[in-house]
Amino acid sequence: MSTPSPNAAPLLEVRNLRKHFPIQKGFRRRIVGYVRAVDDVSFSINQGETLGLVGESGCGKTTTARCVLRAYEPTSGEMLFRAGNGQVVDLARLSRKELRPVRPQIQMIFQDPYGSLNPRMPIFDIVGEPLLVNGMRDRRMRVERVAELLRLVGLRPEFMQRFPHAFSGGQRQRIGIARALALHPRLVVADEPVSALDVSVQAQILNLMLDLQRELHLTYLFIGHNLSVVKHICDRVAVMYVGKLAEMASAQELYSAPRHPYTAALMAAVPVADPRHRSGDVELKGEVPSPANPPSGCYFHPRCPHAVDRCRAEVPALREISPGHAVSCHRAEELALRGVA
Amino acid sequence: MSDPRQPLLSVRDLRVHFFMDEGVVKAVDGISFDVWPGQVFGVVGESGCGKSVAMKAMLRIVEPPGRLVSGEILLRRSRAKRDGDQRDLVQDLARLDPGGAEMREIRGGEIALIPQEPMAAFSPVHQVGDQVIEAIMLHRTVSGREARAIAAQLFRDVGIPDAEERLDAYSWQLSGGLRQRAMIAMALSCDPRLLIADEPTTAVDVTTQAQVLRLLRRLREGRDAAIIFITHDLGVIAQMADYVMVMYLGLVMEQGPVDNIFHAAKHPYTQALLRSIPSVESAPRVTLPTISGSIPHPFNRPRGCPFHPRCPHFIPGTCDREPPPLRPVGDGHLVSCVLYDQAEART
Repeated sequence: MSTPSPNAAPLLEVRNLRKHFPIQKGFRRRIVGYVRAVDDVSFSINQGETLGLVGESGCGKTTTARCVLRAYEPTSGEMLFRAGNGQVVDLARLSRKELRPVRPQIQMIFQDPYGSLNPRMPIFDIVGEPLLVNGMRDRRMRVERVAELLRLVGLRPEFMQRFPHAFSGGQRQRIGIARALALHPRLVVADEPVSALDVSVQAQILNLMLDLQRELHLTYLFIGHNLSVVKHICDRVAVMYVGKLAEMASAQELYSAPRHPYTAALMAAVPVADPRHRSGDVELKGEVPSPANPPSGCYFHPRCPHAVDRCRAEVPALREISPGHAVSCHRAEELALRGVA
Repeated sequence: MSDPRQPLLSVRDLRVHFFMDEGVVKAVDGISFDVWPGQVFGVVGESGCGKSVAMKAMLRIVEPPGRLVSGEILLRRSRAKRDGDQRDLVQDLARLDPGGAEMREIRGGEIALIPQEPMAAFSPVHQVGDQVIEAIMLHRTVSGREARAIAAQLFRDVGIPDAEERLDAYSWQLSGGLRQRAMIAMALSCDPRLLIADEPTTAVDVTTQAQVLRLLRRLREGRDAAIIFITHDLGVIAQMADYVMVMYLGLVMEQGPVDNIFHAAKHPYTQALLRSIPSVESAPRVTLPTISGSIPHPFNRPRGCPFHPRCPHFIPGTCDREPPPLRPVGDGHLVSCVLYDQAEART
């Protein structure tokens, strides 16, 4: 944690989360195997911090987020959430009814600003719907709150009666953020919120998210695949590979001194916006294995340049090698890996 | 081998407009550039800047209501294809019939395209090998068996493991990286002199992106072909291009050697774009400098310099009149901005 806040109690603590999807085959839909989309993932997010979740497509980062939101039913594991009243509840075990009072506290910002807003609803209805659903019946109060929210995200409240098509991608993403903030959430799950946006607009949304976090004391679970963006916005970063955590550390430490070969390879693959620093031959060979049929031992060993016999046989556990820095690699201590800056 | 002192492709004042019911969208409105043999020519710009439309125009595949309104697309064609002719033949593609035999010969033969979405570009109901073989047999006089051997060799060249077997795979059976490699193999199948790569890595992960970029770099070294590389990712451009053209709303803002663009950018738009990208090396959690506002809708492109409403150096009465012409500001470095009018006058 780069900035230890005074109230460093975890807001969310995920322990041994698993989400397995059955693979069904044939007419009788027999279950022939499982896709281990999320396989024994543990992490915690402190109040007011941003935890980044990075990895390649199919690594399980979105599934993890959806489990936290209980959009998916986790297969097993605990998700301890400190609710607004100070009580700690296990999100994984709550019934639909028990979830009702918790749901407003966990909100989501989506990736695609075009697909996530109903084109037939004016902005007032889009942003005001969570308010209506949660008991704000008085239209005038809703108008007031929606106006306030729109101002908060940098939009003019006069636009309230317009439809999504009248807005640019960046403005739509602001509308999505306003909707997520309508119910005063404590935890905001942002699933690739800037990857669909143009470069010049990306920076605006990132700045807005940082400003809102300071102003409203938000906690973010930020999912992304752009490592530069993730480093920019996150306090701590967790790297996922085929449903498991490969490494987790403060952003500063992870980027400057990665201990897992996969983290190092990911960073080496980022194209640097400087023609004087063209990347050399550091390249990851092969493909991400399927979570339905992962390799033996360490899932990364077939692509790992440092793999030894032990890596092929034994699954490495996630272990803390220095305070706040966890890594799941047998050879974490002996390898000298290069990071960036 | 083509003459390195002559550009392979010269585009002059190209305009592509879309005639819609609501009005005319000037997607590309007068761009000019040269691509030299062996060069990687990078085109950067945000959505709506016309980079993809311009490249479609070069292949003459702009769909209605879009139309190539004016301009020249001069392609230097190899003499091997024109027997008896001693000189390279320069042909204006803008004058050819888009559906004619000649254009069809050039398309895929001399200019090949690597599209953005390899999933959408391959037919899901035909084996990928057959699709590559079809391209080979269209442009070369070879037997089916020879074509298959060429296709297998191409698959090996682009680093597809078990190339023979993968020829019989369907596109949906391949991973994103393999699909993009198969697409590159298909583009290379007729030894094009010009390869247009339209955002070839936006749909794939960083590690796959690194593999694809490295492959393209290696291919360029092996062949004499030029690559037009279109992307919105400045990192990718910095890694790949020799020469860069920056576009905004259908116009060229700046063009120059890659080092000038990244280390001595002149246009306020290029400068702002470079400042606004977070880097893995920059300080975390600080406010990024942004470009105010958003990209205007193409129907109401601002008058004069299209960037003026967002520009920090906006000069009222000057920038909102006429789009400034491209002026040289250095070796091969051109800028379209009135800020450099005086600079030119002084020197």
